[in-house]
Amino acid sequence: MKPTPVSGQIGDSPRRADGPQKVRGDFEYSSDLKAAGMLWGATVRSPHPYARIVAIDAAEALALPGVHAVLTHLDVPGTKVYGLEIQDQPVLAIDVVRYWGEAVALVAADHPEHARRAAQAVRVTYEVLKPLTDPELALTDDAPRLHPGGNVTRQVKIRHGDQSAQAEVVVSGEYEVGMQDQAPLGPESGLAIPDGRGGIDLHLATQWLHVDRDQLAGILALPPEKVRLTLAGVGGAFGAREDLSMQAHACLLALRTGRPVKMSYSRPESFVGHVHRHPGKLRYEHGATRDGKLVYVKARVLLDGGAYASSSTAVIANACCFALGPYECPSATVDGWVVYTNNPPCGAMRGFGSVQNCYAHEAQMDKLAAAIGMDPVELRQRNAMKTGSRLITGQVVEGPAPVAELLDRIKAFPLPVEGSGSGRGGGKVDLTQMPGGVSNTTHGEGVRRGVGYAVGFKNVGYSEGFDDYSTARIRLSVANGRPRAEVHTAAAEVGQGLITIQAQIAATELGVTDVVVLDADTQVGSAGSSSASRQTYITGGAVKAACEAVRERVLALAQSEIGRSAGARLERDAVVSADGGLIVTLATLLGDAVVEETREFRPRRTHRLDAATGQANAHLQYAFAAHRAVVDVDTELGLVKVVELATAQDVGKAINPQAVEGQLEGGAAQGLGLAVMEEIQVKDGVIRNASFTDYLLPTILDMPPLLMDILELGDPHSPYGLKGVGEPPTISSGPAIVAAIRAATGRPITRVPVRPQDIVGA
Amino acid sequence: MEFLQPTTWTEALAMKAAHPDAIPIAGGTDVMVEINFDRHRPPAFLDLTRIAELSEWGLDNGVLRVGAGVTYTQLIDELGDRLPGLAKASRTVGSPQIRNRGTVGGNLGSASPAGDAHPPLLASRAIVELASSAGTRRLPMHEFFVGPKRSAMRKDELIRAFLVAPAQGPQQFSKVGTRNAMVIAVCSFALAIEPDRRRVGTGIGSAAPTPVTAPEAERFLEGVLGEHDLWQTRAPVAESALLRFGELVAAAARPIDDVRGTAAYRRHALAVMARRSFVWAWNEYRAAA
Ligand SMILES: Cc1cc2nc3c(=O)[nH]c(=O)nc-3n(C[C@H](O)[C@H](O)[C@H](O)COP(=O)(O)OP(=O)(O)OC[C@H]3O[C@@H](n4cnc5c(N)ncnc54)[C@H](O)[C@@H]3O)c2cc1C
Repeated sequence: MKPTPVSGQIGDSPRRADGPQKVRGDFEYSSDLKAAGMLWGATVRSPHPYARIVAIDAAEALALPGVHAVLTHLDVPGTKVYGLEIQDQPVLAIDVVRYWGEAVALVAADHPEHARRAAQAVRVTYEVLKPLTDPELALTDDAPRLHPGGNVTRQVKIRHGDQSAQAEVVVSGEYEVGMQDQAPLGPESGLAIPDGRGGIDLHLATQWLHVDRDQLAGILALPPEKVRLTLAGVGGAFGAREDLSMQAHACLLALRTGRPVKMSYSRPESFVGHVHRHPGKLRYEHGATRDGKLVYVKARVLLDGGAYASSSTAVIANACCFALGPYECPSATVDGWVVYTNNPPCGAMRGFGSVQNCYAHEAQMDKLAAAIGMDPVELRQRNAMKTGSRLITGQVVEGPAPVAELLDRIKAFPLPVEGSGSGRGGGKVDLTQMPGGVSNTTHGEGVRRGVGYAVGFKNVGYSEGFDDYSTARIRLSVANGRPRAEVHTAAAEVGQGLITIQAQIAATELGVTDVVVLDADTQVGSAGSSSASRQTYITGGAVKAACEAVRERVLALAQSEIGRSAGARLERDAVVSADGGLIVTLATLLGDAVVEETREFRPRRTHRLDAATGQANAHLQYAFAAHRAVVDVDTELGLVKVVELATAQDVGKAINPQAVEGQLEGGAAQGLGLAVMEEIQVKDGVIRNASFTDYLLPTILDMPPLLMDILELGDPHSPYGLKGVGEPPTISSGPAIVAAIRAATGRPITRVPVRPQDIVGA
Repeated sequence: MEFLQPTTWTEALAMKAAHPDAIPIAGGTDVMVEINFDRHRPPAFLDLTRIAELSEWGLDNGVLRVGAGVTYTQLIDELGDRLPGLAKASRTVGSPQIRNRGTVGGNLGSASPAGDAHPPLLASRAIVELASSAGTRRLPMHEFFVGPKRSAMRKDELIRAFLVAPAQGPQQFSKVGTRNAMVIAVCSFALAIEPDRRRVGTGIGSAAPTPVTAPEAERFLEGVLGEHDLWQTRAPVAESALLRFGELVAAAARPIDDVRGTAAYRRHALAVMARRSFVWAWNEYRAAA
């Protein structure tokens, strides 16, 4: 990618560096990469969810035209297993396959069609085993042990307050969340180029270059400096690019053949090429006083992690830590498990454990409100978490926690007029506004309106003692007579606008208008992952710190060259005095000099949950959002039209307001998807809808206008007072929609995505 | 892979005779998906897009003759008033891009039980014209569909056109999908009422191995309308008769459970759509008096 200058201070919404290219279709995504003499890699995948590999015969494939290599696990020179938290996943299957679509062998050929045919010609003999597909069964001794340590990937226990508390009003429920996919539009893809000296350059789409690099170095048995990664254009991520997919495979093929090797998954392959959101079963009991104060909550959370661990241990921690939602409660008993099965592996996805539990705690709050006869918003406000509240993990919430206020704000939006645009006012029917849309299923018959509220929260940044940090290098020099700041980090722009954010921070801190953000690569220290809503906080913090170091040197230089000026600062490409008068332009001051500084930014340390009680200061920062949904439901056909969504979110400080709005809209759409349509359907371990034909994502006719109230309350501990914004919109949007469907239909609705048959009871 | 590009119909038939394994391609919106999914690697393509007459339509002796290459967009824009049922179905197909490329000939060629053009063509008793270098034959629509994604078309044949009378009365189409646009039918229903002939036509999509009609439901409704001379009086139809009509439509389906929905839901939804469609059509008929 050619770096494009960005100008704009924090709080502005400058044009994105990659915007014009993306709009024109000129942007180079990782799937567009090419190199002279390159080969194409293809993957041989298991057609069984669970089987022993008896034999692999590559002779026929190797004899096909254009085929350069066929590799199996025997060809992996270094560590043969990998994983973000637990190294349990083979680079290529070793003697056994544990999920449908697991990588078994690799092929490199001179043409994608040759590679595809060769992959089909690799003969793998399997002894098929009965797959373990029920996570409840996985907890029992009757289940086959899928991994040496058993089937429980992690168990989390949280014990808070009086464990034998009793209450006047008790409601309970069981809830189920289906398997959602991140469905990034860009497939897993990249280009590996051997350097001819035993090292490798890999250009790829990922969320975290350094964690890929470190895993690859182990797998390839190379020192890390011989494995160089450069971020290519990323077509969305949402958690799907945290784990390795084609990275090691392309490198293995490239090193074996001595040729550049490109891999790019097809859409169906992408569905087995990355992890998904954990499906969950959640059982809750809420006890409260008659006037609506929570007394205790008991929750049992079971997540299906599928065949390999991925980020499961952190996801279950979140699902348990935030199991109650953003409420105060004197007592809580939470038991969570994430288990291995032969279902598709699950891991990180936007919302990360807080999405599943929000469906449960918000349904419970509505149930409780109904049982007590209280307005559901009032019940929530009466129990709302606030600054100084103690979480069930014992941690005290610092900084703004405006839960009650967010609910006030969404309630304050006027409700859309019923029947507006729906033809029920007597005018011509506008089908696009009807449940069922242009498919002409109702002209108003059977349609009932419902309104629902939900609020959620989650942690920002990595938790439980993880050494979370980021690195930034800033270089200030003069080019063409003007000062120019170069920002170099390894932080992955995944579409969220991070390049622009980094430039805005540098422009603000250094007072220069010409800022260029260099390609993200491993030639600078780790930035950590573009995950956990953390990059603006952590990499933004690193850019800020490095800029401050550069600024200090520049001001020192000005002082030694020109003399002391109290309160001098950098502004408008110059050093200015306290009253804004020009002291010296940076171009004059610097001349040929270059000022370069590299800084690491480390937020406050977190701690691991106690295994017996789940108590700890485990998280860095909390982000809150609330949603109101208005839906029209065709109660006879079970079809849903989300009429309007309203949200309020505290973002601390909007570094780039337009990017914030984009996150709120996209996140709400992704939440809507899980609520009413998005599900990977798995039967006997096999995905039945691995394509966009039947894995449905919301269209513009499904996603309504989003009313937004963005609060900037300022967190005292974070750079500029900002909060992570990416995930909260995905947490409560879906639960609000489901609450609205319940309100419209009077049905309990305990499973998402809500299907037509769940509404009509057919 | 060979790419055959006839410019005339005669040339196309000759090429198909010489290359019976060549896959015809019109809009390509089904063919290219199949290729992309790696389901086929055909030895040859027969590109039909250069044959001008295939994308034309005309009125011949009171019957519309619509070329196999007429797109959904054309149907909506040019034939919406004469074939309102088919136009309604066309509006539900895919996205603007798909409607610009996709053709009814291609929908018939794929013969998917979920093809949205099929129920309205069944309801209005259209006829499909098949041709080979050996000759031309015409089949009633319901004889064309023989199994899931299988039709009566022979390997040496091509679809040239379909023939259908312009609407004699109100026509409806509704389709259930779990998304409000760009969705394959969970099930669909088409209705055509023909006051002049005192006839009711139906078509059901995505709820049997092939698109089907509901003949018993048609006869029942014709009976109700005839019995009380409702065709003449245009009085509302009794709620009980509407319910029965819905039940009979549902009974004509032979749905299965699949990724898009359950058999029970499909039956339920068909009954609802049948009732609603009839009410809309009947109200239109009453209002036209
Ligand atoms: C994103 C998307 C959305 C879609 N949505 C819908 C939808 O909502 N409803 C729906 O019904 N379909 C839908 N489809 C499927 C497809 O668009 C339709 O079936 C369309 O009618 C196919 O027409 P075509 O001209 O593109 O056919 P092609 O793909 O060119 O051909 C389809 C089949 O017909 C054969 N064929 C084409 N013309 C002839 C001929 N003259 N004689 C003999 N055989 C012929 C071809 O060999 C092939 O087997 C969708 C497809 C896509 C990609």
